[in-house]
Amino acid sequence: MNNSPEPQAARARWMGILARATRAELESAWKAIVEPPAYEFLRRPETGLAMVRGRAGGTGNPFNLGEVTVTRCAVRLADGTAGTSYAAGRDQRKAELAAIFDALMQTGERLRIEGSVIAPIARRQQTDRDLKSRKAAATKVDFFTMVRGDNPK
Amino acid sequence: MYVAVKGGERAILNSHELIAETRRGDTSVPEVSTWQISEQLGLAVDRVMAEGSLYDRDLAALAIKQAQGDLVEAIFLLRAYRTTLPRLAVSLPVDTAEMLVRRRVSAAYKDIPGGQVLGPTYDYTHRLLDFALAAEEGVGDPEAPVGETPLEEGMPHVADILDYEGLIEPEVPAEDADEPFDLTREPMSFPADRDQRLQNLARGDEGFVLALGYSTQRGFGGTHPFAGEIRMGEVSIEIVPEELGFAIDIGDVVVSECHMINQFEGSAERPPQFTRGYGLSFGHNERKVMAMALVDRALRAREFGEEARYPAEDEEFVLYHADNVEAAGFVSHLKLPHYVDFQAELGLIRKLRREFEERQQKDAAE
Repeated sequence: MNNSPEPQAARARWMGILARATRAELESAWKAIVEPPAYEFLRRPETGLAMVRGRAGGTGNPFNLGEVTVTRCAVRLADGTAGTSYAAGRDQRKAELAAIFDALMQTGERLRIEGSVIAPIARRQQTDRDLKSRKAAATKVDFFTMVRGDNPK
Repeated sequence: MYVAVKGGERAILNSHELIAETRRGDTSVPEVSTWQISEQLGLAVDRVMAEGSLYDRDLAALAIKQAQGDLVEAIFLLRAYRTTLPRLAVSLPVDTAEMLVRRRVSAAYKDIPGGQVLGPTYDYTHRLLDFALAAEEGVGDPEAPVGETPLEEGMPHVADILDYEGLIEPEVPAEDADEPFDLTREPMSFPADRDQRLQNLARGDEGFVLALGYSTQRGFGGTHPFAGEIRMGEVSIEIVPEELGFAIDIGDVVVSECHMINQFEGSAERPPQFTRGYGLSFGHNERKVMAMALVDRALRAREFGEEARYPAEDEEFVLYHADNVEAAGFVSHLKLPHYVDFQAELGLIRKLRREFEERQQKDAAE
Protein backbone atom coordinates (compact mmCIF):
# COMPACT_ATOMS: atom_id res chain seq x y z
CA MET A 1 0.00 0.00 0.00
CA ASN A 2 1.27 3.41 -0.97
CA ASN A 3 1.79 5.52 2.12
CA SER A 4 1.50 8.94 0.55
CA PRO A 5 -1.26 11.04 2.15
CA GLU A 6 -3.75 11.01 -0.71
CA PRO A 7 -4.33 7.24 -0.98
CA GLN A 8 -4.48 7.14 2.83
CA ALA A 9 -7.28 9.70 2.82
CA ALA A 10 -9.12 7.72 0.17
CA ARG A 11 -8.72 4.50 2.11
CA ALA A 12 -9.72 6.16 5.41
CA ARG A 13 -12.89 7.35 3.64
CA TRP A 14 -14.03 3.94 2.47
CA MET A 15 -12.97 2.28 5.74
CA GLY A 16 -15.20 4.78 7.60
CA ILE A 17 -18.10 4.00 5.26
CA LEU A 18 -17.58 0.25 5.76
CA ALA A 19 -17.37 0.71 9.55
CA ARG A 20 -20.77 2.44 9.55
CA ALA A 21 -22.37 -0.03 7.13
CA THR A 22 -24.91 -2.51 8.46
CA ARG A 23 -24.11 -6.20 8.34
CA ALA A 24 -27.10 -6.70 6.01
CA GLU A 25 -25.71 -4.19 3.53
CA LEU A 26 -22.30 -5.89 3.42
CA GLU A 27 -23.80 -9.37 3.33
CA SER A 28 -26.01 -8.57 0.34
CA ALA A 29 -23.11 -6.83 -1.43
CA TRP A 30 -20.98 -9.94 -0.85
CA LYS A 31 -23.71 -12.26 -2.16
CA ALA A 32 -24.03 -10.08 -5.26
CA ILE A 33 -20.44 -10.82 -6.26
CA VAL A 34 -20.60 -13.48 -8.98
CA GLU A 35 -17.20 -14.99 -8.32
CA PRO A 36 -16.34 -14.20 -4.71
CA PRO A 37 -12.56 -14.06 -4.24
CA ALA A 38 -10.75 -16.53 -2.01
CA TYR A 39 -9.30 -15.04 1.17
CA GLU A 40 -7.64 -16.11 4.38
CA PHE A 41 -7.55 -14.51 7.79
CA LEU A 42 -4.49 -12.56 8.83
CA ARG A 43 -6.37 -11.87 12.02
CA ARG A 44 -9.65 -13.56 12.84
CA PRO A 45 -12.47 -11.23 13.91
CA GLU A 46 -11.72 -10.05 17.44
CA THR A 47 -13.87 -7.95 19.77
CA GLY A 48 -12.33 -5.60 22.30
CA LEU A 49 -12.51 -2.04 23.54
CA ALA A 50 -11.47 1.38 22.36
CA MET A 51 -11.07 4.07 25.01
CA VAL A 52 -12.92 7.18 23.81
CA ARG A 53 -11.37 10.50 24.72
CA GLY A 54 -12.88 13.94 25.09
CA ARG A 55 -11.28 17.31 25.76
CA ALA A 56 -11.74 19.42 28.89
CA GLY A 57 -14.01 22.30 27.87
CA GLY A 58 -14.37 20.72 24.42
CA THR A 59 -11.04 22.14 23.22
CA GLY A 60 -8.53 21.65 26.08
CA ASN A 61 -6.47 18.75 27.41
CA PRO A 62 -7.71 15.24 26.59
CA PHE A 63 -9.36 13.02 29.19
CA ASN A 64 -10.73 9.49 29.10
CA LEU A 65 -14.51 9.53 28.70
CA GLY A 66 -15.30 5.81 28.55
CA GLU A 67 -14.91 2.80 26.30
CA VAL A 68 -16.76 1.54 23.25
CA THR A 69 -16.85 -2.03 21.99
CA VAL A 70 -14.94 -2.46 18.75
CA THR A 71 -14.40 -5.43 16.46
CA ARG A 72 -11.49 -5.78 14.07
CA CYS A 73 -10.45 -8.22 11.40
CA ALA A 74 -7.70 -8.58 8.79
CA VAL A 75 -7.77 -10.74 5.66
CA ARG A 76 -5.47 -11.51 2.72
CA LEU A 77 -6.71 -12.17 -0.81
CA ALA A 78 -5.13 -14.80 -3.04
CA ASP A 79 -3.06 -12.09 -4.80
CA GLY A 80 -1.60 -11.04 -1.42
CA THR A 81 -3.64 -7.84 -0.96
CA ALA A 82 -4.40 -7.30 2.72
CA GLY A 83 -7.60 -5.75 4.02
CA THR A 84 -8.35 -4.45 7.51
CA SER A 85 -11.47 -3.39 9.36
CA TYR A 86 -12.28 -1.75 12.67
CA ALA A 87 -15.92 -1.04 13.54
CA ALA A 88 -17.69 -0.03 16.72
CA GLY A 89 -19.83 -2.87 18.07
CA ARG A 90 -19.44 -6.62 18.33
CA ASP A 91 -20.48 -7.87 14.90
CA GLN A 92 -17.72 -10.25 13.83
CA ARG A 93 -19.23 -11.23 10.48
CA LYS A 94 -19.55 -7.55 9.57
CA ALA A 95 -15.89 -7.02 10.50
CA GLU A 96 -14.90 -9.92 8.25
CA LEU A 97 -16.88 -8.61 5.28
CA ALA A 98 -15.60 -5.05 5.81
CA ALA A 99 -12.01 -6.33 5.76
CA ILE A 100 -12.64 -8.22 2.51
CA PHE A 101 -14.12 -5.12 0.86
CA ASP A 102 -11.19 -3.03 2.13
CA ALA A 103 -8.88 -5.50 0.40
CA LEU A 104 -10.90 -5.49 -2.81
CA MET A 105 -10.82 -1.69 -2.87
CA GLN A 106 -7.04 -1.94 -3.15
CA THR A 107 -7.17 -4.19 -6.20
CA GLY A 108 -8.19 -3.74 -9.83
CA GLU A 109 -11.78 -4.23 -8.63
CA ARG A 110 -11.73 -0.83 -6.98
CA LEU A 111 -13.91 1.10 -9.41
CA ARG A 112 -16.49 -1.66 -9.60
CA ILE A 113 -16.68 -2.05 -5.78
CA GLU A 114 -16.78 1.72 -5.32
CA GLY A 115 -19.77 1.96 -7.65
CA SER A 116 -21.68 -1.10 -6.50
CA VAL A 117 -20.89 -1.22 -2.78
CA ILE A 118 -19.21 1.84 -1.28
CA ALA A 119 -21.11 4.64 -3.02
CA PRO A 120 -24.64 3.26 -2.38
CA ILE A 121 -23.84 2.67 1.31
CA ALA A 122 -22.32 6.16 1.58
CA ARG A 123 -25.46 7.65 0.02
CA ARG A 124 -27.70 5.80 2.46
CA GLN A 125 -25.54 7.01 5.37
CA GLN A 126 -25.68 10.60 4.13
CA THR A 127 -29.46 10.39 3.70
CA ASP A 128 -29.82 9.10 7.28
CA ARG A 129 -27.64 11.92 8.60
CA ASP A 130 -29.55 14.52 6.64
CA LEU A 131 -32.87 13.19 7.88
CA LYS A 132 -31.72 13.30 11.51
CA SER A 133 -30.45 16.81 11.02
CA ARG A 134 -33.61 17.97 9.25
CA LYS A 135 -35.76 16.60 12.08
CA ALA A 136 -33.59 18.55 14.53
CA ALA A 137 -33.85 21.61 12.25
CA ALA A 138 -37.66 21.40 12.48
CA THR A 139 -37.28 22.10 16.25
CA LYS A 140 -35.19 25.24 15.74
CA VAL A 141 -36.64 28.25 17.54
CA ASP A 142 -37.70 31.23 15.41
CA PHE A 143 -37.65 34.16 17.79
CA PHE A 144 -39.84 37.08 16.88
CA THR A 145 -40.57 40.32 18.65
CA MET A 146 -44.15 40.81 19.77
CA VAL A 147 -44.23 44.61 19.81
CA ARG A 148 -42.98 45.39 16.35
CA GLY A 149 -45.82 43.75 14.53
CA ASP A 150 -43.59 42.19 11.90
CA ASN A 151 -44.00 38.61 12.98
CA PRO A 152 -43.33 36.01 10.34
CA LYS A 153 -46.46 34.23 9.17
CA MET B 1 -14.46 -9.18 59.03
CA TYR B 2 -16.62 -11.76 57.31
CA VAL B 3 -16.08 -15.51 57.17
CA ALA B 4 -16.79 -18.19 54.59
CA VAL B 5 -19.92 -20.09 55.45
CA LYS B 6 -20.92 -23.36 53.81
CA GLY B 7 -24.34 -24.89 53.52
CA GLY B 8 -26.33 -22.42 51.43
CA GLU B 9 -25.84 -24.05 48.03
CA ARG B 10 -29.39 -25.27 47.54
CA ALA B 11 -30.87 -22.06 48.88
CA ILE B 12 -28.68 -20.04 46.50
CA LEU B 13 -29.57 -22.17 43.47
CA ASN B 14 -33.26 -21.93 44.29
CA SER B 15 -32.96 -18.18 44.74
CA HIS B 16 -31.51 -17.99 41.21
CA GLU B 17 -34.59 -19.84 39.95
CA LEU B 18 -36.83 -17.53 41.90
CA ILE B 19 -35.16 -14.40 40.53
CA ALA B 20 -35.57 -15.81 36.98
CA GLU B 21 -39.27 -16.35 37.59
CA THR B 22 -39.70 -12.96 39.27
CA ARG B 23 -37.85 -11.22 36.46
CA ARG B 24 -40.15 -12.82 33.89
CA GLY B 25 -43.25 -11.75 35.82
CA ASP B 26 -46.73 -12.79 34.71
CA THR B 27 -46.17 -15.14 31.76
CA SER B 28 -49.49 -14.15 30.21
CA VAL B 29 -47.78 -10.81 29.49
CA PRO B 30 -45.40 -10.91 26.47
CA GLU B 31 -41.69 -11.02 27.32
CA VAL B 32 -39.78 -7.79 26.68
CA SER B 33 -36.90 -8.10 24.19
CA THR B 34 -33.53 -6.40 24.59
CA TRP B 35 -34.29 -4.84 21.22
CA GLN B 36 -37.40 -3.19 22.68
CA ILE B 37 -35.42 -1.95 25.68
CA SER B 38 -32.74 -0.49 23.45
CA GLU B 39 -35.31 1.25 21.22
CA GLN B 40 -38.03 2.23 23.67
CA LEU B 41 -36.20 2.71 26.97
CA GLY B 42 -33.33 4.53 25.28
CA LEU B 43 -32.62 6.98 28.08
CA ALA B 44 -32.22 4.14 30.59
CA VAL B 45 -29.79 2.55 28.13
CA ASP B 46 -27.94 5.87 27.86
CA ARG B 47 -27.52 6.16 31.62
CA VAL B 48 -26.26 2.59 31.92
CA MET B 49 -23.72 3.16 29.12
CA ALA B 50 -22.54 6.44 30.67
CA GLU B 51 -22.03 5.13 34.19
CA GLY B 52 -21.08 1.65 33.04
CA SER B 53 -18.44 3.55 31.04
CA LEU B 54 -19.01 1.30 28.05
CA TYR B 55 -20.78 2.36 24.88
CA ASP B 56 -22.71 -0.61 23.52
CA ARG B 57 -26.49 -0.22 23.30
CA ASP B 58 -27.23 -3.93 22.97
CA LEU B 59 -25.13 -4.89 25.99
CA ALA B 60 -26.64 -2.10 28.10
CA ALA B 61 -30.15 -3.21 27.11
CA LEU B 62 -29.29 -6.79 28.05
CA ALA B 63 -27.93 -5.61 31.40
CA ILE B 64 -31.14 -3.67 32.07
CA LYS B 65 -33.26 -6.73 31.27
CA GLN B 66 -31.09 -8.99 33.41
CA ALA B 67 -31.16 -6.53 36.31
CA GLN B 68 -34.96 -6.21 36.02
CA GLY B 69 -34.60 -2.49 35.42
CA ASP B 70 -32.30 -1.86 38.42
CA LEU B 71 -29.96 0.56 36.66
CA VAL B 72 -27.21 0.53 39.29
CA GLU B 73 -27.13 -3.29 39.08
CA ALA B 74 -27.12 -3.03 35.25
CA ILE B 75 -24.17 -0.61 35.43
CA PHE B 76 -22.34 -3.14 37.62
CA LEU B 77 -23.02 -5.90 35.05
CA LEU B 78 -21.64 -3.77 32.24
CA ARG B 79 -18.52 -2.84 34.21
CA ALA B 80 -17.93 -6.53 34.98
CA TYR B 81 -18.33 -7.46 31.31
CA ARG B 82 -15.83 -4.87 30.10
CA THR B 83 -13.09 -6.48 32.18
CA THR B 84 -13.34 -9.54 29.91
CA LEU B 85 -12.38 -7.57 26.78
CA PRO B 86 -8.91 -6.48 25.66
CA ARG B 87 -8.17 -2.82 24.93
CA LEU B 88 -7.55 -2.62 21.19
CA ALA B 89 -7.27 1.12 20.71
CA VAL B 90 -7.49 4.60 22.17
CA SER B 91 -9.44 7.19 20.21
CA LEU B 92 -8.37 10.65 19.20
CA PRO B 93 -10.28 13.18 21.32
CA VAL B 94 -13.82 13.53 19.94
CA ASP B 95 -14.55 16.86 18.27
CA THR B 96 -17.87 18.03 19.68
CA ALA B 97 -17.84 21.13 17.44
CA GLU B 98 -18.27 18.71 14.51
CA MET B 99 -21.20 16.93 16.15
CA LEU B 100 -24.23 15.86 14.14
CA VAL B 101 -26.40 18.04 16.37
CA ARG B 102 -29.80 16.78 17.47
CA ARG B 103 -30.22 19.32 20.26
CA ARG B 104 -28.36 22.52 21.06
CA VAL B 105 -29.50 25.32 23.33
CA SER B 106 -27.88 28.25 25.10
CA ALA B 107 -29.23 30.13 28.10
CA ALA B 108 -26.57 32.83 27.70
CA TYR B 109 -27.19 34.01 24.13
CA LYS B 110 -30.55 34.13 22.40
CA ASP B 111 -29.20 34.51 18.89
CA ILE B 112 -26.37 32.04 18.59
CA PRO B 113 -24.86 31.06 15.26
CA GLY B 114 -26.63 27.87 14.26
CA GLY B 115 -29.64 28.72 16.38
CA GLN B 116 -31.45 27.25 19.37
CA VAL B 117 -32.38 23.69 18.44
CA LEU B 118 -34.73 22.06 20.93
CA GLY B 119 -34.47 18.50 19.63
CA PRO B 120 -36.13 15.62 21.51
CA THR B 121 -36.62 17.24 24.94
CA TYR B 122 -39.15 16.84 27.75
CA ASP B 123 -38.49 20.44 28.83
CA TYR B 124 -41.64 21.86 27.28
CA THR B 125 -43.97 18.97 28.00
CA HIS B 126 -46.69 19.42 30.62
CA ARG B 127 -45.54 16.58 32.85
CA LEU B 128 -49.06 15.20 32.91
CA LEU B 129 -49.36 11.43 32.63
CA ASP B 130 -50.21 10.63 29.04
CA PHE B 131 -52.74 7.82 29.14
CA ALA B 132 -52.60 7.49 25.36
CA LEU B 133 -49.30 5.66 25.93
CA ALA B 134 -51.15 3.07 28.01
CA ALA B 135 -53.86 2.49 25.42
CA GLU B 136 -54.28 -1.08 24.22
CA GLU B 137 -53.80 -0.21 20.55
CA GLY B 138 -50.42 1.47 21.29
CA VAL B 139 -49.07 4.71 19.90
CA GLY B 140 -48.84 3.64 16.25
CA ASP B 141 -45.97 5.08 14.23
CA PRO B 142 -45.41 8.68 15.30
CA GLU B 143 -43.54 10.75 12.71
CA ALA B 144 -41.72 13.95 13.53
CA PRO B 145 -41.81 16.91 11.12
CA VAL B 146 -38.84 17.16 8.79
CA GLY B 147 -37.19 20.53 8.17
CA GLU B 148 -36.49 21.61 4.62
CA THR B 149 -32.75 21.69 5.07
CA PRO B 150 -30.33 20.09 7.54
CA LEU B 151 -28.71 22.20 10.26
CA GLU B 152 -25.44 23.92 9.40
CA GLU B 153 -22.53 21.51 9.68
CA GLY B 154 -19.96 22.26 12.36
CA MET B 155 -21.68 24.50 14.90
CA PRO B 156 -19.15 26.52 16.89
CA HIS B 157 -19.28 26.40 20.68
CA VAL B 158 -20.89 29.36 22.40
CA ALA B 159 -17.82 29.70 24.62
CA ASP B 160 -15.78 30.46 21.49
CA ILE B 161 -17.74 33.71 21.10
CA LEU B 162 -16.60 34.88 24.55
CA ASP B 163 -13.13 33.48 23.92
CA TYR B 164 -12.83 35.70 20.86
CA GLU B 165 -13.24 38.76 23.09
CA GLY B 166 -10.94 37.34 25.76
CA LEU B 167 -13.75 37.41 28.30
CA ILE B 168 -13.48 33.74 29.21
CA GLU B 169 -10.45 31.74 30.23
CA PRO B 170 -8.92 30.16 27.14
CA GLU B 171 -9.21 26.38 26.83
CA VAL B 172 -6.34 25.06 24.75
CA PRO B 173 -4.41 21.81 25.11
CA ALA B 174 -1.11 22.09 26.96
CA GLU B 175 1.80 21.23 24.68
CA ASP B 176 3.49 19.14 27.36
CA ALA B 177 0.34 17.38 28.61
CA ASP B 178 0.93 13.85 29.94
CA GLU B 179 -1.09 10.87 28.75
CA PRO B 180 -4.54 11.34 30.30
CA PHE B 181 -5.09 9.62 33.63
CA ASP B 182 -7.03 6.35 33.26
CA LEU B 183 -9.11 5.15 36.21
CA THR B 184 -9.54 1.74 34.55
CA ARG B 185 -5.80 1.17 34.87
CA GLU B 186 -4.55 3.33 37.74
CA PRO B 187 -5.87 3.74 41.28
CA MET B 188 -7.26 7.13 42.28
CA SER B 189 -4.50 9.57 43.27
CA PHE B 190 -4.49 13.00 44.90
CA PRO B 191 -4.18 15.84 44.26
CA ALA B 192 -6.21 14.89 41.18
CA ASP B 193 -5.81 16.73 37.92
CA ARG B 194 -8.78 17.71 35.80
CA ASP B 195 -8.45 14.71 33.45
CA GLN B 196 -8.84 12.30 36.36
CA ARG B 197 -11.73 14.31 37.80
CA LEU B 198 -13.58 14.51 34.48
CA GLN B 199 -13.27 10.75 33.90
CA ASN B 200 -14.52 10.10 37.40
CA LEU B 201 -17.48 12.46 37.00
CA ALA B 202 -18.34 11.16 33.52
CA ARG B 203 -18.84 7.68 34.97
CA GLY B 204 -20.05 8.91 38.36
CA ASP B 205 -23.52 8.27 39.74
CA GLU B 206 -26.01 10.71 38.26
CA GLY B 207 -27.88 11.13 41.55
CA PHE B 208 -24.71 11.89 43.49
CA VAL B 209 -23.32 14.31 40.90
CA LEU B 210 -26.74 15.98 40.60
CA ALA B 211 -27.01 16.49 44.36
CA LEU B 212 -23.48 17.95 44.51
CA GLY B 213 -24.18 20.27 41.59
CA TYR B 214 -27.40 21.34 43.28
CA SER B 215 -25.53 22.02 46.52
CA THR B 216 -23.25 24.52 44.75
CA GLN B 217 -26.33 26.39 43.50
CA ARG B 218 -27.86 26.54 46.96
CA GLY B 219 -24.85 28.21 48.55
CA PHE B 220 -22.53 25.34 49.45
CA GLY B 221 -19.94 26.79 47.10
CA GLY B 222 -21.28 29.46 44.74
CA THR B 223 -20.13 29.38 41.14
CA HIS B 224 -22.74 31.74 39.58
CA PRO B 225 -23.27 29.53 36.56
CA PHE B 226 -24.95 30.19 33.23
CA ALA B 227 -25.71 27.30 30.92
CA GLY B 228 -23.55 28.64 28.10
CA GLU B 229 -24.48 25.73 25.93
CA ILE B 230 -25.96 22.26 26.05
CA ARG B 231 -25.73 20.01 23.03
CA MET B 232 -26.47 16.41 22.18
CA GLY B 233 -25.83 14.39 19.06
CA GLU B 234 -23.46 12.02 17.30
CA VAL B 235 -19.70 12.40 17.20
CA SER B 236 -17.44 10.18 15.15
CA ILE B 237 -14.82 8.01 16.85
CA GLU B 238 -11.42 8.05 15.19
CA ILE B 239 -8.57 5.72 16.02
CA VAL B 240 -5.10 5.29 14.55
CA PRO B 241 -4.45 1.54 14.30
CA GLU B 242 -0.74 0.78 14.62
CA GLU B 243 -0.70 -1.39 11.50
CA LEU B 244 -2.18 1.42 9.39
CA GLY B 245 -0.53 4.49 10.85
CA PHE B 246 -3.37 6.82 9.84
CA ALA B 247 -6.69 7.78 11.41
CA ILE B 248 -9.89 5.94 10.53
CA ASP B 249 -13.49 6.32 11.73
CA ILE B 250 -14.89 3.29 13.51
CA GLY B 251 -18.42 4.69 13.88
CA ASP B 252 -20.39 7.24 15.85
CA VAL B 253 -21.49 7.56 19.46
CA VAL B 254 -24.16 9.83 20.90
CA VAL B 255 -22.83 12.19 23.55
CA SER B 256 -24.24 15.04 25.64
CA GLU B 257 -22.13 18.07 26.44
CA CYS B 258 -22.57 21.08 28.71
CA HIS B 259 -20.50 24.24 28.99
CA MET B 260 -21.21 26.21 32.14
CA ILE B 261 -19.96 29.78 32.20
CA ASN B 262 -19.05 30.92 35.68
CA GLN B 263 -18.12 34.22 37.26
CA PHE B 264 -14.56 34.85 38.38
CA GLU B 265 -13.61 38.15 39.93
CA GLY B 266 -9.95 37.84 39.08
CA SER B 267 -6.85 37.68 41.21
CA ALA B 268 -3.45 39.35 41.32
CA GLU B 269 -2.35 37.22 38.33
CA ARG B 270 -5.59 36.74 36.42
CA PRO B 271 -7.94 39.38 35.03
CA PRO B 272 -11.64 39.24 35.86
CA GLN B 273 -13.15 36.84 33.35
CA PHE B 274 -15.59 34.02 33.03
CA THR B 275 -14.38 30.54 33.91
CA ARG B 276 -15.54 27.20 32.58
CA GLY B 277 -17.21 24.13 33.97
CA TYR B 278 -17.50 21.19 31.59
CA GLY B 279 -19.69 18.13 31.36
CA LEU B 280 -19.50 15.32 28.80
CA SER B 281 -21.21 11.97 28.85
CA PHE B 282 -22.13 9.06 26.61
CA GLY B 283 -25.74 9.08 25.45
CA HIS B 284 -28.50 11.60 26.00
CA ASN B 285 -27.86 12.53 29.63
CA GLU B 286 -28.54 16.22 29.91
CA ARG B 287 -29.21 16.41 33.65
CA LYS B 288 -26.00 14.54 34.25
CA VAL B 289 -23.76 16.74 32.09
CA MET B 290 -25.23 19.94 33.56
CA ALA B 291 -24.55 18.68 37.09
CA MET B 292 -21.12 17.46 36.02
CA ALA B 293 -20.25 20.91 34.66
CA LEU B 294 -21.22 22.51 37.98
CA VAL B 295 -19.11 20.06 39.96
CA ASP B 296 -16.18 20.32 37.51
CA ARG B 297 -16.07 24.08 38.14
CA ALA B 298 -16.43 23.64 41.91
CA LEU B 299 -13.52 21.18 41.91
CA ARG B 300 -11.32 23.73 40.12
CA ALA B 301 -11.27 25.89 43.28
CA ARG B 302 -7.57 25.20 43.91
CA GLU B 303 -6.68 26.30 40.39
CA PHE B 304 -8.31 29.71 40.93
CA GLY B 305 -6.95 30.20 44.42
CA GLU B 306 -10.39 29.82 45.94
CA GLU B 307 -10.78 28.30 49.36
CA ALA B 308 -12.28 24.78 49.11
CA ARG B 309 -14.84 24.87 51.89
CA TYR B 310 -17.80 22.85 50.72
CA PRO B 311 -18.33 19.17 49.83
CA ALA B 312 -18.54 19.78 46.05
CA GLU B 313 -15.14 21.53 46.19
CA ASP B 314 -13.46 18.71 48.12
CA GLU B 315 -11.94 16.45 45.47
CA GLU B 316 -11.28 13.52 47.79
CA PHE B 317 -14.85 13.58 49.01
CA VAL B 318 -16.28 13.85 45.50
CA LEU B 319 -13.99 11.43 43.67
CA TYR B 320 -14.04 8.74 46.34
CA HIS B 321 -17.83 8.66 46.51
CA ALA B 322 -19.05 9.32 42.97
CA ASP B 323 -18.79 5.76 41.69
CA ASN B 324 -21.99 3.84 42.32
CA VAL B 325 -20.43 0.43 41.64
CA GLU B 326 -17.90 1.01 44.43
CA ALA B 327 -20.47 2.65 46.69
CA ALA B 328 -23.07 -0.10 46.21
CA GLY B 329 -20.37 -2.73 46.72
CA PHE B 330 -19.20 -1.32 50.01
CA VAL B 331 -22.69 -0.70 51.39
CA SER B 332 -23.82 -4.14 50.18
CA HIS B 333 -20.91 -5.96 51.77
CA LEU B 334 -22.70 -5.39 55.08
CA LYS B 335 -25.06 -8.16 53.94
CA LEU B 336 -22.26 -10.73 54.01
CA PRO B 337 -22.06 -12.86 57.13
CA HIS B 338 -20.35 -10.98 59.97
CA TYR B 339 -21.29 -13.68 62.49
CA VAL B 340 -17.93 -13.89 64.28
CA ASP B 341 -17.51 -10.11 64.41
CA PHE B 342 -20.99 -9.76 65.77
CA GLN B 343 -20.44 -12.46 68.43
CA ALA B 344 -17.38 -10.57 69.63
CA GLU B 345 -19.33 -7.29 69.78
CA LEU B 346 -22.16 -9.02 71.59
CA GLY B 347 -19.75 -10.40 74.18
CA LEU B 348 -18.26 -6.93 74.68
CA ILE B 349 -21.64 -5.24 75.11
CA ARG B 350 -22.71 -7.92 77.65
CA LYS B 351 -19.53 -7.35 79.65
CA LEU B 352 -19.91 -3.54 79.62
CA ARG B 353 -23.58 -3.91 80.54
CA ARG B 354 -22.68 -6.17 83.49
CA GLU B 355 -20.11 -3.67 84.74
CA PHE B 356 -22.57 -0.79 84.35
CA GLU B 357 -25.25 -2.61 86.34
CA GLU B 358 -22.76 -3.61 89.05
CA ARG B 359 -21.69 0.05 89.36
CA GLN B 360 -25.30 1.19 89.66
CA GLN B 361 -26.08 -1.41 92.35
CA LYS B 362 -22.97 -0.36 94.22
CA ASP B 363 -23.93 3.34 94.00
CA ALA B 364 -27.48 2.55 95.19
CA ALA B 365 -26.12 0.56 98.12
CA GLU B 366 -23.93 3.47 99.19
